[in-house]
Amino acid sequence: MNRGQNLVNETLEMVGDRCEAEVTADVGTHSLTRFANSFIHQNVSEDVEQLTLKVEVGGRVASSTTTGTTPDALARFVDATIETAGSQPVDEDWAGMGGPTEVIAADNWDADTADADPMARAEAVKAFVDAGEGLLGAGFCQTEARHHAYGNSAGRRVHGRFTTAVVDGIHQTSSSAGSGHAAGKALSGIDAGAVGSLAAQRARDSVGAFDAKPGEYRVVLAPEAAATIAIFLNVYGFNGKMAEEGMSFAELGEQQFDEEFCLWDGPTDPGALYVPFDNEGTPKRHLELVKAGVTTSLLHTRRTAKKAGTESTGHGVPGAEMWGPFAINMFVGGGDKSVEELVAGVDRGIYVSTFNYCRVLDPKSLVVTGLTRNGTFMIENGKITDPVTNMRFTQSFVDALAPGKVEGLGDDARYADSEFGPLFVHTPSLQLASWNFTGGAEG
Amino acid sequence: MFDEAGLAVQGALDAGAAYADARVVISKTETINVRNQNLDQMDRDEAIGVGVRALIGSSWGFAATADLTNASIRAAGERAAAIARASGLVSGPPMEFADVPVSQDSWETPYDEDPFAVSTSEKVDLLVNVTKTMQGVDGVAIATGNLTFYDTNKWFVSSQGHRIHQHIVESGGGYDATAIGEAETQRRSYPQSFGQYETGGFETVRKWDYEGNAQRIAEQAVALLTADEMEESETNLILEGSQLALQIHESVGHAIELDRILGWEAAFAGTSHLELERLHTHRYGSDLMNITADATLPGALGTFGYDDEGTPAQRVDIVKNGTWVGVLSGRDSAAMAGLPPGGMVRGDGYNRLPMVRMTNVGLLPGEGTLDDIISDTEDGVYMSTNRSWSIDDKRLNFQFGTEIAWEVKNGKLGKMLKNPTYTGITPQFWGTLDRLAGESEWVHWGTPNCGKGQPMQVAHTGHSASPGRFSNVRVGVKA
Repeated sequence: MNRGQNLVNETLEMVGDRCEAEVTADVGTHSLTRFANSFIHQNVSEDVEQLTLKVEVGGRVASSTTTGTTPDALARFVDATIETAGSQPVDEDWAGMGGPTEVIAADNWDADTADADPMARAEAVKAFVDAGEGLLGAGFCQTEARHHAYGNSAGRRVHGRFTTAVVDGIHQTSSSAGSGHAAGKALSGIDAGAVGSLAAQRARDSVGAFDAKPGEYRVVLAPEAAATIAIFLNVYGFNGKMAEEGMSFAELGEQQFDEEFCLWDGPTDPGALYVPFDNEGTPKRHLELVKAGVTTSLLHTRRTAKKAGTESTGHGVPGAEMWGPFAINMFVGGGDKSVEELVAGVDRGIYVSTFNYCRVLDPKSLVVTGLTRNGTFMIENGKITDPVTNMRFTQSFVDALAPGKVEGLGDDARYADSEFGPLFVHTPSLQLASWNFTGGAEG
Repeated sequence: MFDEAGLAVQGALDAGAAYADARVVISKTETINVRNQNLDQMDRDEAIGVGVRALIGSSWGFAATADLTNASIRAAGERAAAIARASGLVSGPPMEFADVPVSQDSWETPYDEDPFAVSTSEKVDLLVNVTKTMQGVDGVAIATGNLTFYDTNKWFVSSQGHRIHQHIVESGGGYDATAIGEAETQRRSYPQSFGQYETGGFETVRKWDYEGNAQRIAEQAVALLTADEMEESETNLILEGSQLALQIHESVGHAIELDRILGWEAAFAGTSHLELERLHTHRYGSDLMNITADATLPGALGTFGYDDEGTPAQRVDIVKNGTWVGVLSGRDSAAMAGLPPGGMVRGDGYNRLPMVRMTNVGLLPGEGTLDDIISDTEDGVYMSTNRSWSIDDKRLNFQFGTEIAWEVKNGKLGKMLKNPTYTGITPQFWGTLDRLAGESEWVHWGTPNCGKGQPMQVAHTGHSASPGRFSNVRVGVKA
């Protein structure tokens, strides 16, 4: 039994029969080496040990987290949480706790990544920086190794472990920037030099950018830009809480998207990350969200599922009471076209490497404004021609994927960075029929 | 806890660090969320640990642990040094560290009512009551209320001799009503989007009269569903104080962070349109624009006694009569830029590396009132309460949406307008600031959710502002 499982069991023993309780433990390490101006300027490592306790006393619910896990601290923590719950009003939406269960077999763990030392991360940074000779590199290399354990007074016990690694960065000339990104469960699976080379190429290709005229353009979106669309669909659309509140666009069974578009949460897909259960101990399974353009499922926690009269899909996360469920292994279905073939299908359009600072103007229509960044190019007669300066867009992400709007899917699917960070979305490049650019970076 | 912090510093020094500092932090947070009169969330969180920073050559290392046994603390110091040594594989220019007074002191937020001592039932009842009032308005689908309180004790020790204890108390919250139409949602919030937060105790919540504003807010949310859409135009734009505060945060506060200007945030948060060579000459805005970064403002959210490098809190001029004159800095960034250290370095808890963060970056007040500004405006729009915000990586091109607006015609507020947005370019926009309300409407607005850094850190920042007017602004940008 590992440290996390022990903490869960010790805590449940301290609760005893005073109330119903569930405990999650997150134990491990998180390390991140950050560089800018082609040198390492911030370099951090943290031992993570955090415990979350949720208790229910006659329908009254409270939860607490702590990093203090000595026996005395835990005892105080347990007593205080129970006392807090006892003084609350009854939570009418409390969905109770799940009993014993089985989770899918998954061990998304790489021992070398778990043991990666600061020198391993520094070497990855050096490879990225060296790939951009004469340019200024900036970005980070991250490794983490975590054990998650869950237990409750209804007899459910699940645990798992995972590692992740990310190399992400830009290279800059005096007037331009280009980005590169790679992520997965193993640092050894990332070619930091290749990531740096792509960033350097994009930066050099972006020199001499001009201001493109705002308006509707066809677009080819690189995986980072596509991932931002997927994560917004996740947070604002397939979120069972948003749907229950009437704030989501999602309509089950409706052809809301182009038939080429498929989206799912794939804890069993090759390369999937994290542990195969959520923070309520609910097992994860393959969940189709959009199949051939038809909206097929919503994401649920136990709480949102109770309200919807269905079962949890295993998408509880810390803060879900406030924000709702969240999928962390999202896959966008890929196609068979190379990026060159996607570009060849566009007579006049824009190639976007990355979106930046995207914000929702209206959640129900999912109208979002944001900017392009780190490599934006004009496409003319099926070829990338000149670089353009960053552009602002105001666009409904649902409309952008509507029937007839997805003109191509790339064969380059991979984990991509998104507006909400890396390691959530696995997606190819997308070719879309229309995107509404409303201004340039200079106005 | 000074001994524990000192042990971490000693561990780093013994492992070869030329300089080291450490913070032991005990932070408590209470979060209460009520939705449609139901208590959705009652969380009490506590984090205890030590974070230690070590400098070897020109390279930093940082390590953190929640295990406060002597062996673990010392090991964290040693690990910070080992990380700094590894950083040397891709090292930068020689690192200088600006001098600051070596203080041994303590500081505490002044407060009247300890928010953690106020009964949870009183807090929950307050939110249940305001959501009940809002739900009583026909058409309100969702009524939510939130209160969050923070209590932070930190002990800072450096190898130069700093020994500083601080106790910081922050309180705040707010509520919102959402009305849902056929293909749209409309929301109104009070006191501002994401709530209003200040340093201080529960008295800072009481003063906002939550119950007295709930009915009005709910009625406005419903009325927005049938309000006219804002048309696209260029016009006079009057901003309510909290929206102007966010405008300051995004288009001034982040742009003046010296780490951004030096390129240290280039890959993630971005850089800045400001160039150090133009400090004291760059025209940031009109003559009415006077911005300070003041960490000493009583009650403001970004107020403290010392930053997380042990530098005393201070007031620094940022923009004076429209000219850019100052930056937000720390000891290393200031030395690199040849500027005095501003005491603006903070970390989000024991386990995050301190970095340049806004303190209270605010716009000094002008004269008169919002009513005076409206009376003096022949044609324009008045926008209130942020709904969306987006700005580019140089803090130049921005687009904001607010929850509500009214047209202004012949010196009077006219009809309500929905889905208001405005867009602009930072120096041009600030250059059109032509009216600014006075001290009676000057509020220390608080932003409790400022994200920056990798790993992500969330800072609490203050932005004092009164309502102001800008001319020839592009409004009503459409999808």
